[in-house]
Amino acid sequence: MAAKKANAFDPEQNLREIEDKFEMLQILNDEGEIINKEMDPGLSDEQLTELMTRMVWTRILDQRSISLNRQGRLGFYAPTAGQEASQLASHFALESEDFILPGYRDVPQIIFHGLPLEQAFLWSRGHFHGSDVPDGVNIFLPQIIIGAQYIQAAGVALGKQKRGEKSVVITYTGDGGTSQGDFYEGINFAGAFNSPAIFIIQNNQYAISTPRSLQTKAKTLAQKGIAAGIPSVLVDGMDPLAVYAVTKQARERAINGGGPTLIETMCYRYGPHTMAGDDPTRYRTSETDSEWEKRDPLIRFRKYLEGKGLWNEEKENEVIDRAKEEIKAAIKKADAAPKQKVSDFLNIMYRGEMPQNVKEQLDIYTEKESK
Amino acid sequence: MAQMTMIQAITDALRTELKNDENVLVFGEDVGVNGGVFRATEGLQKEFGEDRVFDTPLAESGIGGLAVGLSLQGFRPVPEIQFFGFVYEVMDSISGQLARMSFRSAGHFHAPVTIRSPFGGGVATPEMHADSLEGLMAQQPGLKVVIPSGPYDAKGLLISSIRDEDPVIFLEHMKLYRSFREEVPEEEYTIPLGKADVKKEGTDLSIITYGAMVRESLKAAEELEKEGHSVEVIDLRTVQPLDVETIISSVEKTNRAIVVQEAQRQAGIAANVVAEITERAILSLEAPVLRVTAPDTIYPYAQGENTWLPGAKDIVETAKKVLEF
Repeated sequence: MAAKKANAFDPEQNLREIEDKFEMLQILNDEGEIINKEMDPGLSDEQLTELMTRMVWTRILDQRSISLNRQGRLGFYAPTAGQEASQLASHFALESEDFILPGYRDVPQIIFHGLPLEQAFLWSRGHFHGSDVPDGVNIFLPQIIIGAQYIQAAGVALGKQKRGEKSVVITYTGDGGTSQGDFYEGINFAGAFNSPAIFIIQNNQYAISTPRSLQTKAKTLAQKGIAAGIPSVLVDGMDPLAVYAVTKQARERAINGGGPTLIETMCYRYGPHTMAGDDPTRYRTSETDSEWEKRDPLIRFRKYLEGKGLWNEEKENEVIDRAKEEIKAAIKKADAAPKQKVSDFLNIMYRGEMPQNVKEQLDIYTEKESK
Repeated sequence: MAQMTMIQAITDALRTELKNDENVLVFGEDVGVNGGVFRATEGLQKEFGEDRVFDTPLAESGIGGLAVGLSLQGFRPVPEIQFFGFVYEVMDSISGQLARMSFRSAGHFHAPVTIRSPFGGGVATPEMHADSLEGLMAQQPGLKVVIPSGPYDAKGLLISSIRDEDPVIFLEHMKLYRSFREEVPEEEYTIPLGKADVKKEGTDLSIITYGAMVRESLKAAEELEKEGHSVEVIDLRTVQPLDVETIISSVEKTNRAIVVQEAQRQAGIAANVVAEITERAILSLEAPVLRVTAPDTIYPYAQGENTWLPGAKDIVETAKKVLEF
C-alpha cells in the first residue's frame, strides 16, 4: 500500500492512535522491582503483608479445590491460579459496603468479602445452602451466563446512585465475556447514567479453548470502554500493586461522581477452564504456559516483600498451614449439610404466596420424603 | 456396522453432511480446535478446514444472528449452542427471527438452520447448564424440535434435520452422550422428522415419551410386564410436530396412556400430547391420561438432581394408577 498523505479524516490513523495509547500499566515488574514509582499506591507494611497472605491462601485453596474435585469431594470448580493479583488486589481496593457481582471463577473475592468458605464449597457441590448469602455480605452469586453480570452491575450501580450511597459496585468477566452483548450494554448503561461501577475484564487469554485473538479484532479489550465514553485502562494483571492502584483510582472516581471505569487485567489461567473435562493441552503449548508462569504474581510479590523484610519462608508456611486447616474445617462443615429434598426446592421457588401447582406438589413430595 | 455412542453418531452425521453439501457450516463456541466441550465436533475442523468448521467469539446471540445471515447467503448453518441452558441469550434469533423467516417474507426466504445443543440433566453440571426447555421451542410456530433417544436415531435424525428446509432445534440429552452404544451404520441414512418410533409393542397401556425418558420407560415397561401388563412404548423422536397418527392408533389399541417427560410438569411436551389424545380419542379411553414429570421448580442444585428427576420407579407408580383405574 502506498504511504498515505496526512489527511484531515483518516479513520485508520484514528484507530491506531487510540490503540497505541493503551499501554499496559505495570508498577512491579516480573522481578519484583518497582519500576513506576509515581504510581506506587503506597500500601502500608500491614496492607502489603495482608495482600500477600490472601494471595498465598488463595493459591492453596486452588490446589486443594482441584484435588478435592478429583476425589469427588467438590463439584464445579474453575481454577484460579495465575489470577490471584487480578482477583485479590482489585478486591483489596474495595470496602465492605461495595457490592460484588462475580463470574464463576471469582469465588476468592466473595470469600474475602464475607461468604463463609463452607458455603463456597456447598455452592460448588450444588447444594442450596451454599447460595444462601448471609445478610450484610454485599455480593451476588457467581454468574454462570457469560457477561450477564455486567448489565446487572449497571443496575446495582444505578440503585446505589439513587439511594445516595457512597460506595461502588464491581463486576468481573473474562476476555470471552467482552464479546457478549451484555458486556457492551453494561458499560454503556453505566456510562449513560454515570453510575459508580468498576468493570473488570480478567483477560486470561482463553475463553475455554478460544484464544483472545479470535474474540475481537481490537488490539486491547480495555479500548472497548472508549466506545462507551468511560475511562479505561489496561493493567498487568499479574502485578498486585498495579491492579490495586487502578482499582483504587476507579473507586475514588466513582464515589466522587466520576462514573464507571473499565479495567482490563492481563493475566493467565494456569489450570484448565474448569475441572469438568477441559484439557488445555488441546489448545495451548507448554511453552506459552511457562512464559506466563515466569510472571507469576506470587513470585514477584514475594520477592518485593522479602526485599522489604516483610515476608519469609516461615511466614509463608504459616499461611499455608492455616489455609489447609481452614479448608479442612470448612469441608467438614459442608459434609454436615442436610441432604436436599424436592420439598426444599419447592419451598424456595417463590417468596410470596405459593401457587396452587407448587402447593399441591409440595404436599405430595413432603409425604413421599417423610417416609 | 460400528458400535457407537450417541456423541460419536452425532459427529458421524455432521461429517456426512459436511461431505455431502458444501453449504453446510458448523460453528459455535469451542467447536474448532477443541472439538466442542462434549467433543461432538472432534476432528471436523482438521478434516474440513477452518472455512467450514469454526470457532466464533463468545456470544450466543451472535451465533444465532450469524446463522440467520448465513442462511440469507444460501448456506446451511449447523451452529452449536454450548449448553441449552444458555438458549435465552439467543431467543430472539431463534423465535424472533429464524422461526419467522419463511412467513414474514411470504415464502421468499427460508432458514435451513439446525441448531444443535446439549440439554437435559443428570450429569451434575453447574446451574443454568442443564434443563429441559424443549417446550419453549415447541411453542414457537415455525420451528421443528427433534430429540433423539440414542445413537442410531441421533445420526439419522440429525442428517434429516440438516437437510430440512426449515429451522430445526436438535436437542441432545447430555446423559445419553456416552451412556450406551448401539449399532450405527457407517453409510448415510435418514429418519423422517415428525415420525415417532414404537420401541416396544403392547396392548394394555401406551407410554408416550422422548429423549432420556425412553430408556426409563422401557425399564418401567419391563417391570410392568413382570406383573402381567402388556405395555407399548412410543418414542416421539420429534416433539414438534407430533406424530399424532402413531399416538392415537396406539391409544385406540391400548385404551390407556401415560406421558413421560423429564421436563417440569408446567413445561415440556406432555400437556400437548394429553390434549391431542383427549381431543381425538376420548371414547377409546378407559382411564385419565396421566403425566410423569419433574416438579415445577427451577432445575435443581446438582446434589439434589437425582431425587428430582423422574425415573422408572415413578413411571411404574403412575402406570399402575392408570392400569388399575
